[in-house]
Amino acid sequence: MFKKRLPLLLTFIAGMLPIFSFFFRAPALLEDDPTGNGVVQVSDTFEQWMVILAAGALLLGVVNVFQVNLKKISNRGKGWPYAVVFLTALIVTAVFGLWDAFARADITAWYAHAAYQWIVEAGFKPLQATMFSLLAFYVASAAFRAFRVRNVEAGILLAAALLIMLGVNPYVVRALPFLPDLTQWTLNIPNAAAQRGIIIGAALGAASMALRILIGIERSYLGLQKGE
Amino acid sequence: MHRHRSRPAPLGAASLLLALAAGPAAAQEASGGWGLREENLSALVLFAFFSIVILISIRLARTGRPLFVRRIAGLNAVEEAIGRATELGRKVLYVPGIMSIDEVQTLASLAVLKHVAKHTAEYGTPLDVPNKDPLTYAAARETVKEAYLEAGRPDLFNDEMVHYVTYDQFAFTAAVSGVMVREKPAANFLVGSFYAESLLLAEAGQATGAIQIAGTAEVAQIPFFVVTCDYTLIGEELYAASAYLSREPVMLGSVKGQDFVKFVLLVWIVVGLLLATFTGNLALQDWLMSQ
Repeated sequence: MFKKRLPLLLTFIAGMLPIFSFFFRAPALLEDDPTGNGVVQVSDTFEQWMVILAAGALLLGVVNVFQVNLKKISNRGKGWPYAVVFLTALIVTAVFGLWDAFARADITAWYAHAAYQWIVEAGFKPLQATMFSLLAFYVASAAFRAFRVRNVEAGILLAAALLIMLGVNPYVVRALPFLPDLTQWTLNIPNAAAQRGIIIGAALGAASMALRILIGIERSYLGLQKGE
Repeated sequence: MHRHRSRPAPLGAASLLLALAAGPAAAQEASGGWGLREENLSALVLFAFFSIVILISIRLARTGRPLFVRRIAGLNAVEEAIGRATELGRKVLYVPGIMSIDEVQTLASLAVLKHVAKHTAEYGTPLDVPNKDPLTYAAARETVKEAYLEAGRPDLFNDEMVHYVTYDQFAFTAAVSGVMVREKPAANFLVGSFYAESLLLAEAGQATGAIQIAGTAEVAQIPFFVVTCDYTLIGEELYAASAYLSREPVMLGSVKGQDFVKFVLLVWIVVGLLLATFTGNLALQDWLMSQ
């Protein structure tokens, strides 16, 4: 009973509050915002609680990272050297990050900040940029597959893509000055119409799903069955 | 943390109804600030209409009327993908997006995850669920644990099955891509909310020859999934997935209600279009734009 009903009740209350705050106003509940909407204030407070919950869950995640990777290393599981690199990077970054945080008040401890900054600037950011830049190659390989003219739909896709790409190319536009207008028309009319169709469908789907969750008939995310 | 007043205002539904019955201005005066946010009145009317239609549809579904929901190829292929992984003796990889549990797409993804986990439990196929968000990780772990319990195979569940990776988007992408390349899962499920990592993950999976089923409502990411995955759940199909997979009439009823509202909106748009085209009357369009 406690395990099943309480999460559903909490979901209903936490889910209804933002909806309620969007449609109604109530007297302010907070002294530091006496003219505010009381319902919005309660809803915002719930959102702040979620940040605290997420911080707690992050700790749970870090514990899980150690459990999984230490076990992999001790069992010499597949790819265990990667687990060593992973845990080493985690520990080194955490140690220098905490050192930087605690030494921040002391302006003479500039080396603590410099060490952490070096890890971020020379290690973390280049790795992030490397991953992101892979997109350029993946877009090319995905486009190559998508634009192979195997049927009418793929042909239309190829024609539309060529039109858009040529329409933003300054050399082509100089030779064919009508092309930018055609490109804009393609983007603003057929493309926008298709996108809006998807957006309307997705918005209604999300609202329907939210309603199912609020009234408690969708409960698989809690690990509960219909009858429970 | 905000400090609260010693004398909180009444938060009862009865006070609200009384205030509303007396009208917005009177309500504000009578109950000290209770009232309707008139700027969102149109949204409230639409919300009320939508909710009523959904609730009626659920009610009708409870009477046992047969409901037709069109075939969704991506969801029909779920068992095929897991079966293929079982035959090849390789794992199933399930990524529930990169967003937290307050994102509806993540909740929809967890419902699909439960279905997938039930099948992997029945077939004894290894399952790997890496997570970027800590709250999603906690929810996904409970979901998979319950699915294995329901399938009668709690012995097959282990804590490494659903695991946390990192909160950084591209570090997470690198880790999951690494798993795809090194361990070569036979089936990849990329279901939930994805952003710039969608193509990176889907292309990495495509290169390994895995059968890929993706699902997202992020319009900008749908084309990437369409060109790199075998099946893609587009927008509303993701939200309908749990109802479609469970085949519960009550859940399917809500999908039918949603379809009815979509039909009403479609008629509305067509009427507005005809009015604007043949009479030059843009009143409906102006009203829609302003409200």
